[in-house]
Amino acid sequence: MTASPSSNALPSRAVGPSDRATPGRTAGRGAVRRRVDLVEAYLRAHGAIAYLFLYVPIAIVVLYSFNDSRYVLVWGGFSLRWYQAAWTDPQVLNPLKTSLIVAALNMVCATTLGTLAALAIVRAPRLVRLAFDALIYTALIVPEVVVALASLLFLNSAFGFLGDVGVRLTFGIPTIVAGHVLWNLSLVILVVRARMAGMDRSLIEASQDLFASPWRTFTQVTLPQLAPAILAGALLSFTFSMDDVVLSTFLSGVGSTTLPMRVFSMIRFGVTPAVNAISAVMLLLTLVVIVVSQWLVRRAGRPSPAAEATSG
Amino acid sequence: MTDAATGGPARPPLEAAAGRQRGSSRLVALLALPAAAWYVLMLVAPLVTTVVISAGERGDQGGFVPQFTFSAYAALLDPLYAPVLRTTFILAVGGTVGCFLAAYPLAYLLATRGGRRRTLGLILVVIPFWTSFLIRTYAWVTILSPNGLLNGGLGAVGLPPLDLLNGPVAVYIGILYNYLPLMVFPIYVALERLDPALVEASKDLGASRWATFRQVTWPLTLPGVATGVLLVFVPLTGEWVIPSILGGGKSYYLGTFMANQVTDSRNWPLGSAAAVLLIAVMLIVVAVYLRLVGREGLQREVSLL
Repeated sequence: MTASPSSNALPSRAVGPSDRATPGRTAGRGAVRRRVDLVEAYLRAHGAIAYLFLYVPIAIVVLYSFNDSRYVLVWGGFSLRWYQAAWTDPQVLNPLKTSLIVAALNMVCATTLGTLAALAIVRAPRLVRLAFDALIYTALIVPEVVVALASLLFLNSAFGFLGDVGVRLTFGIPTIVAGHVLWNLSLVILVVRARMAGMDRSLIEASQDLFASPWRTFTQVTLPQLAPAILAGALLSFTFSMDDVVLSTFLSGVGSTTLPMRVFSMIRFGVTPAVNAISAVMLLLTLVVIVVSQWLVRRAGRPSPAAEATSG
Repeated sequence: MTDAATGGPARPPLEAAAGRQRGSSRLVALLALPAAAWYVLMLVAPLVTTVVISAGERGDQGGFVPQFTFSAYAALLDPLYAPVLRTTFILAVGGTVGCFLAAYPLAYLLATRGGRRRTLGLILVVIPFWTSFLIRTYAWVTILSPNGLLNGGLGAVGLPPLDLLNGPVAVYIGILYNYLPLMVFPIYVALERLDPALVEASKDLGASRWATFRQVTWPLTLPGVATGVLLVFVPLTGEWVIPSILGGGKSYYLGTFMANQVTDSRNWPLGSAAAVLLIAVMLIVVAVYLRLVGREGLQREVSLL
């Protein structure tokens, strides 16, 4: 038997780094080939199972959100009643309102401060840059619950101290926003800085050589180039707030329950099918926002046509 | 200045620009100030507070009495709490290993067999990761609860039901589900950057596929694996949402234990000591990582997210 049938075993396979076996070489190595095919079969099965594992649970939540039954897990026909139930429940709508306020404030603060910091950091002395890097990555990598509890303890002590001198502050929307901004500040700085690294410096120099004021150079040259990254950072920040449970839970006060906090307690203390409906909407919303922002980041990551033209 | 430091081709004009920028150093400080203040107020000060509280003692009404004892750390090592540390360690290591075992073949499949569909394949791994963490964890409640879909399926084929929800198995499934993409990205990036010529050379020199993998592919993708371990292991040591939803919310893991100490038991020093322990673990892991892989590794992989 020649090698041709086995070399055609995976005809659609693209040429990857580790398989470019020529027919001549595999000829007469039946046992080896069989083992190789086993590896191929395993890889494919592994991939298939991984994708099923990733998508089946999400599909189930969405599917059951259209369930007419009062019981979460009994299929009672198609219906939108749980969407309606969630949409008319003040226990859902008030947290939704809180979440939207938190998300909007977080988005504005994190994007503004992050963009300004990113602009400053690239021009800062090396030592300052390293210090910022340490803070940026620490904020991102420390387990969220540690940051949340540490902030809770610090703000609690600080508020107690301020209360003694007559300034009354309590936990609520501002403290939740303060926590969210910390995390998203790092995110925005990283996204904007990545864009700045790929930015076309010659345009800025041209602007300066043409005697534009620094402010004009910034608004007419730098800012338009950074816009996609800034927008992406803003969208990511917004989604973070709409999704976050940990920071919100520990930094909230009376009457500042966010939607994810509400869903969290619904899950822990008796699930109603309305959770599925809220979940499906949250899935869809985060998905849309993130797809748009990723598209912006990808587009921003590419060098601009002008940069390609000048470097070419 | 960054560009000048890296030595780009356009050196002279950049140096001129750097000179102009040096004049505006006050503006630079002004721009960075709000963000710096935020980091100081919401990160540095809280972490310092935590360290200070962890050295104190619990007050009669909760809270803490400032002191310089380390009784909270001693309490953390008490046999009473030893199981928490042990299960957390097992959870973090087990979850990381599980993610690695699931992620490497998947990343390998995508990078070497993906062909034109590799981008699509990667995006399909990323999409669930982009969607709500909370909802993704909740999805497993529907499947694993006593009269959930899993037991429905098992019953249909005549098998006895499994009671997995509110137990470690459910927590591991939730971890694998939520953290898998964090392990896939860096390994995929490492595999994609791998020069095919090296694999070719190994084969041309007569190495078997297994020898090629072990001696060429595996060592060259180790930095990616290290990044994945860092991104999965460190957050796992303090995971709170998954044990709360799928593990029944009991104090079995350090994240939930810590939260309970601070909020319900009002034993701030003990909760703070646990937090300081987690920060110490993080610092050690990051230090080892930086030694082995270096700074660029993290910057590269994080940019993918």
